[in-house]
Amino acid sequence: MKVERVAWTFVAPALAVIGLFFVLPVIAALLLSLTDFDLYALADTSNLRFTGLRNYIDTLHTPLFWEALANTLYFVGVGVPLSMLVSLGTALLLDSKLARFKGFFRTALFAPVVTTVVAVAVIWRYLFNTQYGLVNYALTSLGFGAIDWLGDANWSMPTIILFAVWKNFGYNMIILLAGLQAIPGELYEAARIDGASAWQRLRHVTLPMLAPTLLLVAIITVAGYFQLFAEPYVMTRGGPLRSTTSVLYYMYEEGFRWWNLGRASAIAFLLFALILAVTAGLLRFARGSRAA
Amino acid sequence: MIAAFARRFAVACLVTLGLAGCGRSDDATVVRFWAMGREAEVVGELIADFERTHPGVRIDLQKLPWTAAHEKLLTAFAGDSLPDLCQLGNTWLPEFAALGALEPLDAYVAKSGVVDASDYFPGIWDTNVVDERLLGVPWYVDTRLLFYRRDLLAAAGFDAPPRTWDEWRRMLAAIKRNAGADKYAVLLPLDEFEPLLGLAIQQSDPLLAEHGTRGNFDSTGFRRALAFYVEMFRETWAPPMSDTQIANVWFELGRGFYTFYISGPWNIVEFKKRLPPEALAELRTAPLPGPDGAGVGVGGGTSLVLFAQSKRKAAAWQFVEYLSRREAQLRLHALTGDLPPRRSVWADPQLAGDTLAHAFREQLESVRPAPKVPEWERIANTMQLTAERVVRGGLPFDEGVAALDAQVDAILEKRRWMLARQAPKP
Amino acid sequence: MSWRQSSQGASRWLVNGALIGATALTLAPLAWMLSVSFMTRGEAAAFPPPLVPTRPTLANYVELFTVLGVGRHLVNSLLLAGAVTALSLLFNLAAGYAFAKLRFAGRDALFRGLLGALVIPLQVAMMPLFLMMKSLGLVNTYWGVIVPSLASVFGVFLVRQYARSIPDELIEAARIDGAGEWRIFFSIVLPLLRPIIATLAILTFLTCWNDFMWPLIVLSGDAQQTMPVALASLSREHVQDNELMMAGAVVTVLPVLLLFLALQRHYLQGLMLGGVKG
Repeated sequence: MKVERVAWTFVAPALAVIGLFFVLPVIAALLLSLTDFDLYALADTSNLRFTGLRNYIDTLHTPLFWEALANTLYFVGVGVPLSMLVSLGTALLLDSKLARFKGFFRTALFAPVVTTVVAVAVIWRYLFNTQYGLVNYALTSLGFGAIDWLGDANWSMPTIILFAVWKNFGYNMIILLAGLQAIPGELYEAARIDGASAWQRLRHVTLPMLAPTLLLVAIITVAGYFQLFAEPYVMTRGGPLRSTTSVLYYMYEEGFRWWNLGRASAIAFLLFALILAVTAGLLRFARGSRAA
Repeated sequence: MIAAFARRFAVACLVTLGLAGCGRSDDATVVRFWAMGREAEVVGELIADFERTHPGVRIDLQKLPWTAAHEKLLTAFAGDSLPDLCQLGNTWLPEFAALGALEPLDAYVAKSGVVDASDYFPGIWDTNVVDERLLGVPWYVDTRLLFYRRDLLAAAGFDAPPRTWDEWRRMLAAIKRNAGADKYAVLLPLDEFEPLLGLAIQQSDPLLAEHGTRGNFDSTGFRRALAFYVEMFRETWAPPMSDTQIANVWFELGRGFYTFYISGPWNIVEFKKRLPPEALAELRTAPLPGPDGAGVGVGGGTSLVLFAQSKRKAAAWQFVEYLSRREAQLRLHALTGDLPPRRSVWADPQLAGDTLAHAFREQLESVRPAPKVPEWERIANTMQLTAERVVRGGLPFDEGVAALDAQVDAILEKRRWMLARQAPKP
Repeated sequence: MSWRQSSQGASRWLVNGALIGATALTLAPLAWMLSVSFMTRGEAAAFPPPLVPTRPTLANYVELFTVLGVGRHLVNSLLLAGAVTALSLLFNLAAGYAFAKLRFAGRDALFRGLLGALVIPLQVAMMPLFLMMKSLGLVNTYWGVIVPSLASVFGVFLVRQYARSIPDELIEAARIDGAGEWRIFFSIVLPLLRPIIATLAILTFLTCWNDFMWPLIVLSGDAQQTMPVALASLSREHVQDNELMMAGAVVTVLPVLLLFLALQRHYLQGLMLGGVKG
């Protein structure tokens, strides 16, 4: 009885904060998304109308939303696999028995993760400057043509993807490394006795054993990459030609640039539904391939 | 004994500290003032002078970057944290007026011995009047017109700047022939809506129809303006580039990357500072060419506004009057190159002697305000995005214009509803 | 052990060479940032781009702190991240421990509910949260940033996972000895939770320091702005001032980078733990 009361005093503060400042706003957002809450309503609430599902329908009829969605899917579709590939590669290197100075390499490779997105995005903006950027200098000295990285609508998203991979791969690398270290050594030993080559061991021992961790990493990364915002905000302001406007950037513009809070809430829920669907899809795919 | 002394000493210290603290924050009324960009950096000098002559008022200045100013102001409005006084782009006035955030200034001006409406350029003064109420006092003015290189124009065979679009076309084509593939005749950054708006405002068709509740971009006038704009890119007279792609517009003008540039008064100062002397000697300005004649442009600029919720309006108004005085306006011009909104100030040799400013003086007499609806900022952005898509996104012209109207109508839906609600019922 | 002896030498070269290459690529942007921040104005805008300053100068840093006044933003960030870390640790530790070790009605259902909330992106709550902060008068105050971060589902979850490994007998024995629940929490549980406290503290501090979208929205006033928000707005105004912005980036990144370097062992181990268990 006494424990019960103490337990409640232990959880109550945290629950109150989460309830008041997260759960309640989420419910409110659902209601808000059914209204046309905007600047006029902010000035005088009598200007508020209940509009039902119109925000959702209108959003789905806005070409810009679909562009933002396509950009986001491009970012997720290319960025996540690339990111995971780099993470897996570096994790395998770090796990190798042959690697020296593991602690140093681990820390150095992880460093970009702790840096501030805004600050390093500023660095990249200059590194990828068309005229004076180091990257174009390297390209031209190797005999390639200079690329207008952030000004050309075809290159802006690849540049942001490269940036995101650089910034984020360390995180997954650490988690995958933990997964690798948990694989029992006898399995490799047995495979070696069977005459498996290094590549075969990777394919038939490492990857299957690592599959649960890979799935977890994939889900976290997908959910994170869907929330692309600060990178285009600092590097391109969503341009050129809206080529780097993500769904979240679009939501920010609707909500906090034009103050259509109702519409912005609807966009947020659409994004949420999308993340949920993709995550569920990943889980189902993983379950299916395990059963097969 | 010692303890008692120590206690008394401590009390004395506290009192002294308290008094010293009070001394710093005396009884002066503190007016919170938000300023932007270049003005924010130099207005400190004017503030110091004002505080010397007005000991009862202190100005607390906060700087906003221009690119984030609009967002910031709206956030401040939403968060009830607007200052007392602010410098506001005059196209934003209707928006803040609709929110009821601005203090009407008619009564202040009527009593003022400094602010005299008849001395201001009428097209600029008009941008500050929304629904027949005066909501701001012009601080400095801005209209976009032509900067050009006289030598490059002469090399193409012309000795005077264009007055009409047809003349301009011939010059653009000739310059481009001279310049070759990697240089251009005119620079129209694709992420700026102002050049296109300048061409569009010259038309007799208004940009919005039905009391600013519908887009009117499918009109003959706007179609003509957009067609000309697009033509300049199709003919490769203008490079399809955004501001972010051109590292340094001044340097590029200096090396003749382009000959014409549509820009505003702040660039007079920038060019003077950054162009090599031989290129600067050839720099000229001219009123914006129109379909039939030159000199019509968008009346822009920045106004000083008081916010309705301010509790220190009287003190803030004193500062507005101070900034509107001849000396303060000349000082601002000297510091920033900002052009004064008052004709009497233009008579001063400081301005009369500046050849680059003359074209502005001419155009300021016939500027027109951008549509005065709260949604204008967003509409202008939408217009620009459409133009950019037509120029380099492969969007067909007719489709673009129709889609633009549809988007603008959607943006204005709420406004139509609000006006219908306010209209007296029969 | 996992490679044949004959090819081992070559393999060793390959593995370590690849690691060196990857590390160089990873650190290059940060090294370049540091180098450019010491260059004189306009030096970096040249072709070919210089790698090291010809005459190293601190002028950019001086301008940042005097003319542009970033000292205040730095203090804001430190203050906010520090306060959030200290307070949220307290909230999350108490709740995480209770969910792991104390029995109370509805505990498991509640915890499942919390886990469900983990999948909702933060941005969904942002619009109403802003209106809420406005009605509480917290827009443009430090509390507007602190209050919503006082507890996090993820933090509670992390603590609970770790606290489950505390043997029940330990707590039972203390109860039999007559220790109160609070004493048990402070003198027995907290010391055992030390590794996860370190991890969570660093994680919270970093997240708070690097957070961008919410401070951007809720702190519109110049005086309260955090370092990243101030840097973003500076970098829009001073696009051409390459060297100055690099100095700004250094000032923004350095505190968290140093913190990470000092405590990286705790942090990385905590992450590895969380990753495997989750």
